This record gives sequence, C-alpha cells and structure tokens, in this order.
Amino acid sequence: MIRTCFKIASVSYLAVCALPSVASDGKLLATAGLSQIEGSGGGGLVPWATLSGYDSRDETSVTAFMTDVNITDYRLSSMGAAASFYDRVELSYAQQTFVLPASLITQLSLGSEEIKQDILGVKVRLYGDAVYSPYPQLSVGLQYKQLDDDFVADYLGAKSDSGTDFYVAATKVHLAAVGGYNLVWNLAARATKANQLGLLGHGGAGNNHYKVMLEGSLGVLLSPNWVMGLEYRQKSNNLTAVQEDDWTDVFVSYIPNKNINITAAYANLGTVATKKDQKGIYLSMTGYLW
Amino acid sequence: MVNHVKITALVLSVFLSACAAPTKAPVSLYEEIGGQATIEAITDNFINEVSFNETIFQYFEKTNITRFREKFIEHLCVDTGGPCTYTGDTMLKVHQGQNITEADFNTTVDLLVSAMEKAGLSYLQQNRVLRILAPMRGEMLYK
Repeated sequence: MIRTCFKIASVSYLAVCALPSVASDGKLLATAGLSQIEGSGGGGLVPWATLSGYDSRDETSVTAFMTDVNITDYRLSSMGAAASFYDRVELSYAQQTFVLPASLITQLSLGSEEIKQDILGVKVRLYGDAVYSPYPQLSVGLQYKQLDDDFVADYLGAKSDSGTDFYVAATKVHLAAVGGYNLVWNLAARATKANQLGLLGHGGAGNNHYKVMLEGSLGVLLSPNWVMGLEYRQKSNNLTAVQEDDWTDVFVSYIPNKNINITAAYANLGTVATKKDQKGIYLSMTGYLW
Repeated sequence: MVNHVKITALVLSVFLSACAAPTKAPVSLYEEIGGQATIEAITDNFINEVSFNETIFQYFEKTNITRFREKFIEHLCVDTGGPCTYTGDTMLKVHQGQNITEADFNTTVDLLVSAMEKAGLSYLQQNRVLRILAPMRGEMLYK
C-alpha cells in the first residue's frame, strides 16, 4: 500500500514537473466527474464518456484517487491514477483489494485473506462536450483486468484470471433542466465476461461469452459544489457456484474546487460470493494533481 | 338523458371558464433578476473580472470598452427576454480572428458566473442564463 502510494506520488511529481505549462483547469467545475471503482473517469460504479480531469483540448491532466467500499461481509478498496490528454485520451490504472470474511477464508482454507486485481484502462472521446454539444458526449473504452492470485476464481469455476471489458458511454449535462437545476446523465453499455468486476475471474460454467451489460447514472447539481444522484450497474451471472446481482447506489459528491472531490454513497450490491444482502458505505476521494 | 347533457354542459362550461380565466403573464428572466440595473451590474462585474485576469484580458486589449459594455448589455438584455434591441455584430464576427481556445472560453464562463454571483443572481438564475448562452459557444471557439 505504502509502495503504491509512493509510486503514484512520484509519477505525479514527475509529470507535474515535466508539463507545467499545460496544467488543466479548462472545464467548468464538477464537469470532470469522479473516479470510477475500476479507475476510469466516471461516476462511482459506472464509466462515463467524460475523461478523468479538467483538461480542455489544449491541456493534459493527472488525477489520483482512493475508494473504499465497506459492505456487510466484505471490504473493497481501490486506488489508482489516471492521466488525460487534450480531452481526447484517458489512461488509467487501479489496484483493487478485496478483503474476504473470515468464514470464507476458513471454509476454503485460503492462504490469503484478500484478492488483489490490477486494472489498466484506456478511453477515447469520440464526439462532443457533455455541457455544450447538442448531442451527448460519446466515448469508447476498455479495461484490462488481471488477478494477482486465481485460487478463489478457479475454485468457483471461473475460466480465466484475466479479461478485458469494452464499453461505450454517452454523457450529457442539461443546463437548468429541472426547475433551474443542472441535470447530468450517463448511459454505458459494457461487453464483459467478468465475475464481480473480475475479482472472481472471468467467464464460468453458466456462460463463457461476452455479454452486454447496461449501466447508468443520473445526477442533479444542487449547487456549484454539491451533486446528488443514483447509479445502476447490470451484472452478468456467469458462475453457477455463486450468484451475482445488479448493483445500485445513491451518492452525494462534494466538489469544493478543481483540486478535489469527495463522494459518499450508499451501495446495494446484492449477493456477493455466497453472502446475501451486501449493503454499505462507499467513500471516494479524487485529487486533481494538475 | 337530458339531465346528462345538462350536467356535461355545466361541467364543460366550468372547466372552460377555468381555462379562460386570465393567467398571469410569465415573468421574463430579465424581470426576475431585476431588469436593466442587474444586467448592467453583471456587465460591469464581468468587465472588472476580465481586467483582473491576465490571460483573458489579452483578448480585450484592443477592445473599445465603452462600445463593448453597451453591446454586451443589449445582448444580455435580449437573451434574458428584456425589451431591448441588439445593435452589435454577430457573435461570429465579434470573436473571429481571436482563435479563442477552449480553456480560455471556459475560464471566461467562470468569470461570467462570478459576475452574475456578485450581481445577486441565484444559482438557479445563473444556470438559466448559461443555458441561453451555451449554444453560442460554436460561434466563439477557435474562430
């Protein structure tokens, strides 16, 4: 953890020193969105068409984030960084740590109490500006996922310990849409084989083909600094050994300036790896380094 | 049967008269924010904001500020539904040749938001003004 922190810090430091003249603040406050649980710019659970930082088409940006999801029987933390170039291309990295409950560790006599996964992401903006263009901003992206240890995935019948998700996302901000309030929505379609984000591997006895899952977010800007909304993420159910449910959350984001955002959400993840009714608090913070 | 028709006619006439009752004319955004005085305050605040921003001021170095103020007030007045006539040039002509970058455009929007805030517009009123102005961006960027 400390090593990862250090890596992120040193990379950011180098990057800040290398390109000081194109530092980003070329977007309206809050329009950079948040950091998604898999590292891409987005909402909390869903990737958006917007890129991770405040860069305009003449600028670059780098962000770092930390997210912690504390649900009934599990804990998932995710941390990483994203760089966005000229509001066109976003590269992201996230490392997820999924902490398992003691009962499951004993049951499977696991050597480690956690599952780690690395995710590399690329996103390209194809069209538009979420705020200004007449049609929604449109982007395509991919997330390559690799498990550190495939014991649990294997045990549950997953076909692979790595996989790639492909998605297309559309995002639009409607100024003064509802009684003067700005409204933001995002819709994403993801082709995936992943089981629980890939933490339980990819594919399974029930299904080993790509399936298209729909994901959506809806938010209202209550003030220049506060956003409230909800998200939905459809999940495939590839493993016959354990059930997987769709995810939902209700979130509040605080964006005091273009340097930071803090998000708290209440997430309902349904059944996760044999444990039913997994609900809890999602906390996330993104720092906009430049 | 006759009763039915009578009742129907009665209900209908009550309904129609309710519809025909004089409804208050909707107040324009111009009037809601305080009319000409507020439009002028926004404009003066905006000019002030620009003069303190080195990057954005560069675009205004050769501008006749008196004329700019007059035309900006007219434009904003028309935009918000006020009783004015815009006598200036098109947005395209005004911004052409300046090659305004996206970053500088967005900074200027921030300055305008700040100008509206200082003129006393509520967050919701600011959003409504931005909604009206947003489609003009195409005639301003990289021209």
